[in-house]
Amino acid sequence: MFLINCPYCKESRDQNEFSPAGEAFIARPQNPEALTDEEWADYVFYRTNHKGDHWEQWVHTSGCRKYFLVKRSTISHEVKEVATFGEVKGESAS
Amino acid sequence: MQKKYSWYSLLKAGLSNQDWDKAIPLSKPKPKYDVIIIGGGGHGLATAYYLAKECGITNVAVVEKGYIGGGNTGRNTTIIRSNYLRDEASSLYEHSMSLWEGLSEDLNFNVMFSQRGVYNLGHTLQDMRDIERRVNANVLNGVDAVVVDHKEIKEQIPIINTSKNVRYPIMGASFQARGGVARHDGVAWGFARAAANLGVDIIQNCEVIDIEVEEGRVKGVKTTQGDIMADRVGCVSAGHSSVIAKMAGLRLPVESHPLQAFVSEALKPILHTVVMSNAVHGYVSQSDKGDLVIGAGIDGYNSYAQRGSAKIVEHCAAAILELFPIFSRVRMNRQWGGIVDVCPDACPVISPTKVEGLYFNCGWGTGGFKATPGSGNVFAHTIAQDKQHDLAVPFHIDRFTTGALIDEHGAAGVAH
Repeated sequence: MFLINCPYCKESRDQNEFSPAGEAFIARPQNPEALTDEEWADYVFYRTNHKGDHWEQWVHTSGCRKYFLVKRSTISHEVKEVATFGEVKGESAS
Repeated sequence: MQKKYSWYSLLKAGLSNQDWDKAIPLSKPKPKYDVIIIGGGGHGLATAYYLAKECGITNVAVVEKGYIGGGNTGRNTTIIRSNYLRDEASSLYEHSMSLWEGLSEDLNFNVMFSQRGVYNLGHTLQDMRDIERRVNANVLNGVDAVVVDHKEIKEQIPIINTSKNVRYPIMGASFQARGGVARHDGVAWGFARAAANLGVDIIQNCEVIDIEVEEGRVKGVKTTQGDIMADRVGCVSAGHSSVIAKMAGLRLPVESHPLQAFVSEALKPILHTVVMSNAVHGYVSQSDKGDLVIGAGIDGYNSYAQRGSAKIVEHCAAAILELFPIFSRVRMNRQWGGIVDVCPDACPVISPTKVEGLYFNCGWGTGGFKATPGSGNVFAHTIAQDKQHDLAVPFHIDRFTTGALIDEHGAAGVAH
């Protein structure tokens, strides 16, 4: 159980209002036809599953229904940072 | 340590209440082994046991960061069944079931395997169609299964609510009579003791902090108790598989989630079988001690914390109470979470990797306990022969590249 500060509603709300939507910064390949099977498998199925601070996508299901980014510890569940798409880049993921 | 329990040894030690030997010797790591198994849970210990017993490899170490029986092996709801839909999955789980049936004798340790039957409830017409399809598939694969209607369920389980005036009325169920439960931590101790008797070192409080890889070949592991060399390393670390894989520079198609369960205070016998429902999402059985053992679902977010959200517990409790209104006044004793590594197709990975000599057995998701002996058995053969056991072939990690997934999500009564 934890609170998430929705960057659109600008309010800390119970996690129950939100739904997780997977690891962040996984961009759909620009040219899928050019990918090898391994690269495609990596995009579709393989995940970092990081232990520690992890950037992920959440959606405010029972609120504004917008998707955004959350940096959350997968060890303590503590939310470290929230951001809208574009505010942070993939490289800053840790 | 005495090699074998017998009625005489139990009587002698029981009457004097001394001479109780250590069940498992405490080992320190040697510098080198033929095989290292990372993870001293049920699957890891079973792997070591079958390596020693069936593959003739006894120079084996099992390294465990905590203590034996302290991880997911001691956290699950102990349900055992083999009524999976797909041929590949049902063959693997049925292999495991056949090993369960002789396990206490084989290990010389009472794992309290109790074949009290498992009901998988259906609440809609579509549920019932899926159940009939699965039961037919089971029968064709030689797995015992029958479809039962709500009247028969009520006859067998008088306390269940088969009223039509509920949100999800019970229409029927699949029933596997050979399914049941076992004493989960006893399974870990039994495998550990039997493996140790065959010469395997069980090393507790020994966390792996790195894997040594040289020119694409595994050389050994670095641990909190020093470096240990080995020609082959088998990783069976459940929720932490991605963490171990990263040490060898690998990625896995799994994500870790918390899975919760809770037990009630001890009651007089009230439920003689196992009842599961995917649609309303809860499963329940009564342990020999008398407590109701209730399992919930996973949280959707990634986590390595052994706890989940209250809403999952609430959802599960609501489902159980609709099925069994009589439980409404039962007080709960404990609640906990375990970390499960979930594969996209709800089937495990039992596979070699790109690193020579490094093997993974992971991705069992929410239902690994039932597979403990079978998983260890096929993984032991896979490591010993450097070639996948026949039953493990479909579970190669390459299936995510080739697309040959084994789609058990929602098909096998897999609760997710």
